[in-house]
Amino acid sequence: MRSFVPEFALTTAKDLAHALHLLSQGTLPFAGGTDLMVLFNAGKLAPSSFVSVRKLPELRGISMSPEFLEIGAAMTYSEIRHHPQICAEFPLLAQSASWTGSIANQNRGTLGGNIANASPAADSSPVLLVYDAELKLISESGERWVPYSQFHLGYKAMTLQKRELITSIRLPRDQFAAQYGRKVGTRKAMAISKISFAATSKPGAFRIALGSVAPMPIRCPKTEQFLASQKITHAAVEEAKALITQEISPISDIRSTRDYRLAVTQNLLGEFLESLL
Amino acid sequence: MTLTVNGQPHSVDVHPMRRLLDVLRVELSLTGTKEGCGEGECGACSVFLDGKLVNSCLIPVLDAVGCDIVTIEGVSSSALQPIQKAFHAAGAAQCGICTPGMLLASLELLGKHRKPSMEQIREGLAGNLCRCTGYMRIFEAVQKASEDA
Amino acid sequence: MKMQHRFVGQPVPRVEAVSKLTGTALYVDDLRLPGMIYGVTIRSTIPRGTIREISFSDAIPWHEFTMVRAEDIPGKNIVTLIFEDQPYLAASRINHSQEPILLIAHPDKDLLTKARKHIHIEYDPLPPVFDIDESLRAETLVWGTDNVFKRFTIKKGDVDSVWSQAAFIVEGEYSTGAQEQLYIEPNGVIASIETDGTVVVRGSMQCPYYVQKALMALFALPAEKIRIIQMETGGAFGGKEEYPSMLAGHAGLLAMKSGCPVKMVYDREEDMASTTKRHPSRTRHKTAVSADGRLLAMDIEFMIDGGAYATLSSTVLSRGTIHAAGPYRCDHVRVQSTAVATNVPPHGAFRGFGAPQSLFALERHMDKIARVLNLAPEEFRKRNLLKTGDTTATGQLIKDPIDLPALQSRALSIADYESKRDRFLRENRNGKIKRGIGFATFFHGCGFTGSGERYLQSVVELEAQTDGTVHVMTSMTEMGQGTTTILSQIAAESLGVPIACIKIIRPDTAQVPNSGPTVASRTAMVVGRIVQRAAADLKAALAKPHTLPVRIRAQYQEPPGVFWDDQQYKGEAYGAFSYATYVAEVSIDTLTGSVQVEDFVALQEVGRVLNPTLAKGQIEGGVAQGVGFALYEKVEWRDGVMANNQMTNYVMPTAVDVPNIRVYFDEIPYEHGAMGAKGIGELPMDGPAPAIVNAIENALGVPFNHVPLLPEDILPAIQKRSAA
Repeated sequence: MRSFVPEFALTTAKDLAHALHLLSQGTLPFAGGTDLMVLFNAGKLAPSSFVSVRKLPELRGISMSPEFLEIGAAMTYSEIRHHPQICAEFPLLAQSASWTGSIANQNRGTLGGNIANASPAADSSPVLLVYDAELKLISESGERWVPYSQFHLGYKAMTLQKRELITSIRLPRDQFAAQYGRKVGTRKAMAISKISFAATSKPGAFRIALGSVAPMPIRCPKTEQFLASQKITHAAVEEAKALITQEISPISDIRSTRDYRLAVTQNLLGEFLESLL
Repeated sequence: MTLTVNGQPHSVDVHPMRRLLDVLRVELSLTGTKEGCGEGECGACSVFLDGKLVNSCLIPVLDAVGCDIVTIEGVSSSALQPIQKAFHAAGAAQCGICTPGMLLASLELLGKHRKPSMEQIREGLAGNLCRCTGYMRIFEAVQKASEDA
Repeated sequence: MKMQHRFVGQPVPRVEAVSKLTGTALYVDDLRLPGMIYGVTIRSTIPRGTIREISFSDAIPWHEFTMVRAEDIPGKNIVTLIFEDQPYLAASRINHSQEPILLIAHPDKDLLTKARKHIHIEYDPLPPVFDIDESLRAETLVWGTDNVFKRFTIKKGDVDSVWSQAAFIVEGEYSTGAQEQLYIEPNGVIASIETDGTVVVRGSMQCPYYVQKALMALFALPAEKIRIIQMETGGAFGGKEEYPSMLAGHAGLLAMKSGCPVKMVYDREEDMASTTKRHPSRTRHKTAVSADGRLLAMDIEFMIDGGAYATLSSTVLSRGTIHAAGPYRCDHVRVQSTAVATNVPPHGAFRGFGAPQSLFALERHMDKIARVLNLAPEEFRKRNLLKTGDTTATGQLIKDPIDLPALQSRALSIADYESKRDRFLRENRNGKIKRGIGFATFFHGCGFTGSGERYLQSVVELEAQTDGTVHVMTSMTEMGQGTTTILSQIAAESLGVPIACIKIIRPDTAQVPNSGPTVASRTAMVVGRIVQRAAADLKAALAKPHTLPVRIRAQYQEPPGVFWDDQQYKGEAYGAFSYATYVAEVSIDTLTGSVQVEDFVALQEVGRVLNPTLAKGQIEGGVAQGVGFALYEKVEWRDGVMANNQMTNYVMPTAVDVPNIRVYFDEIPYEHGAMGAKGIGELPMDGPAPAIVNAIENALGVPFNHVPLLPEDILPAIQKRSAA
């Protein structure tokens, strides 16, 4: 344990208003802790005051309306992966939740926390992108909805203001002809992703999103538009594979190499498209 | 703050960011829960928090206030429990350092799946690393425990 | 006909399991002593150079701290092992990143954590060497006069006389990377000083007597004044063979200076970055083969990277050298081996101890030769495996009635090798998943090499108590492999008493004699044998008139006919070999290059199996570590330090990754081993990597000659092949 504990502070939010007030004073939100505590243990978390928002009712719950599925930001991966409606209508989200860490981590880690941690390797991010997710951000001064596709601005940079709290994530209900999600990690379980890939398709519309191949999770608009305008043939698949390499900027790091990420991205795209042939 | 551990209330005076793992081991002298990595990877620090398996190295103690905490000490009694007997018979404990966490993970698994498939056993234990056994004796123990139940 | 014993050969449940199952077993970090304070090590952040200045920030009340530097050392600032080169604390010269420089201690763990970040060290760097070849060139000298810790040469016959007669000459180069032992309990000790000045160290370790010897030199104290007690140890695998001497020395120095007990337990990051790992290796083979597939000559060059100090490199090199030509019959063998110095943290003992490295090369090379000859790999090996009456590369006569071709055939049959190979060949024509099957046949020498056991002069004591129990006193440590149970079984069997009557005394240098270190797969075979004899002697003594307690002492007796020439490296290298064939079935996802081991068959001949459950557990655990060695465990070096020193980024197999491991035993009782047993602890480490890489080549038709083999290595080869 490498952090000097006395330099930190943690309180439990009495209610949402209390939490938002503390946030406006520079306190940082603390949900499941599965990201923050790893940094804390490693001595890499900047000394800060935190407020635990895990139990706030506004951040909890999963509800379905005719238009949307709304998930409280403090819902855990375990809750998400086992939720029948998520499994039925948003299977990629249930799947990515089941791929994140261990059972013990899934029992604590939250969707909101995963988003706010803003790792380019986050498992939920490509899925949220292809599901056109929107985030509800609340602060003392009001609330706003932000499309998730506009949330990440760069490496670990988000449109989230310091005083704002992600309270829920909503996904428009939709009918997809095909859905595909795959994570390639360093081993089959408990792995940070080297590449994560999510895709949906409908007649005339493709959504393709990737994690770990750019400073932030990304959609691939060029590839999507190309595919939307084509009949999917073997030749089109090859051309799409070439196109996607222009839309990603993978690096070599401690877990994998640029070349590997480039090659596997193309292969996963190929696997998805070939399933449509 | 008051922590409920293994059914007993305990009053502790510690910093709210102190890890639950450390409070259990130091303030409460419950050393059955172990530290293997401090990153939430190895599962040696597993405890139950409100009935769910968690890595106590990643829980600030403040967050455990008002929750029901169960450790290996709470699961054990004067006689070996069925899961412990199954581990014993199968030779599933070698050096023993992963064993408390592995037992709790097995209990969580068997609580969710009465007769788990091998795939479910593997997934249920994936968060508990064992360097000694290669897991095979542990799989056998869990299967035996589910058959006997 | 197999003799049925009451305990030996039975699946006796582990005798110390209950405390492990209930969480009451006491590991070093579970113990708190009155007045105990905590210590940490301040380490070098450069790989090579000299310390210019150490400064301390004003933010910390340093007067409250105990501090120890090299000049505070009362005795010798050298960690006693084989060569006298490694200091406990660097005085001025730095030879590796993470090298210990300064020790600090304080009662408040939080403040200690803060203080760690407030010490600033300035260095004058020197150019480091990180590479075996660069080290050999010796342009930059980082150790001694030529950067070489040790060399060995094995010479049998005359290889150079054979090349011209060979129908084929096959060459190959193979390499293995560093591997972290990754025991789930990190290194830790508590040191305290008694009122009479005795230094007491309790901790996680394999060899209390190694620690005692080291601390005698460090503190200039006699043995009676150094007491080392092994606590419950959460895994070791060699990683706690020599390293605890360093840690015990550090904690002892702080304890002496502070007057308080000092606990030093590493966190995972520190343990991975600064303690020993498996030696990386490179092996070159040049082999002459006859037209009918017989080995005519084996010319082998085996190199290992020892890191910055010698530690155990000479003995790792020795074992790797002796195993380099494997269990094959060949009249002309030359093995030239070298252990070199580089500026990384010193490498050390890890299960297998050089043999996994040289056997990986050999068993890959055997498949290559088979391919050149257009022979099936099993057939080629069959024509060359040692038979009773043959001699090894060191001229050791194989006396056991071992039938290696039959062992190999049996393993292949259990694994359904032939039909799977044929089926995969057909099925691999289509589909994204390619399957393959491969195997390795190998051996592992049990006990210390050559005269090592004689040199150790291991002692064991048994004492019959008035309460009806018998105390067994050895220095053999339990670290999960089953020492406590095995020795109990042997003693109970020999004495004819229930297992419950046997009490294995905790290895404490004040309580037990020196039976040698718990290494080299010697506990059951060698020390168990002494226990067996002592028990028989005790039984005889108790049959005569006596007064309890009755104490019996027994010492190692070298089996007859063991001659080892340390100069020529010839003769009986080991009292016995255990033998095995391991078969791996793999599936490879050609989209990602990921390899999954689907099925694994481990068949070994290990003499008498003393406890089938424990033996199975040892093999399964070793195979899992071998799978890690082959496919997952890569140390990422950046500037001479392990950059991926977290469990998130240095990955070992989880319950989802490990294959179904099927274990089988053949038993040919070894007359000089305890109740007929040979060693099994390290054997399972030797087979998995070559078997898996052989299987991968079988699946893809692409040879890979290094481990760890990651998808990043495999995918480009797959793509190149499909492009072609």
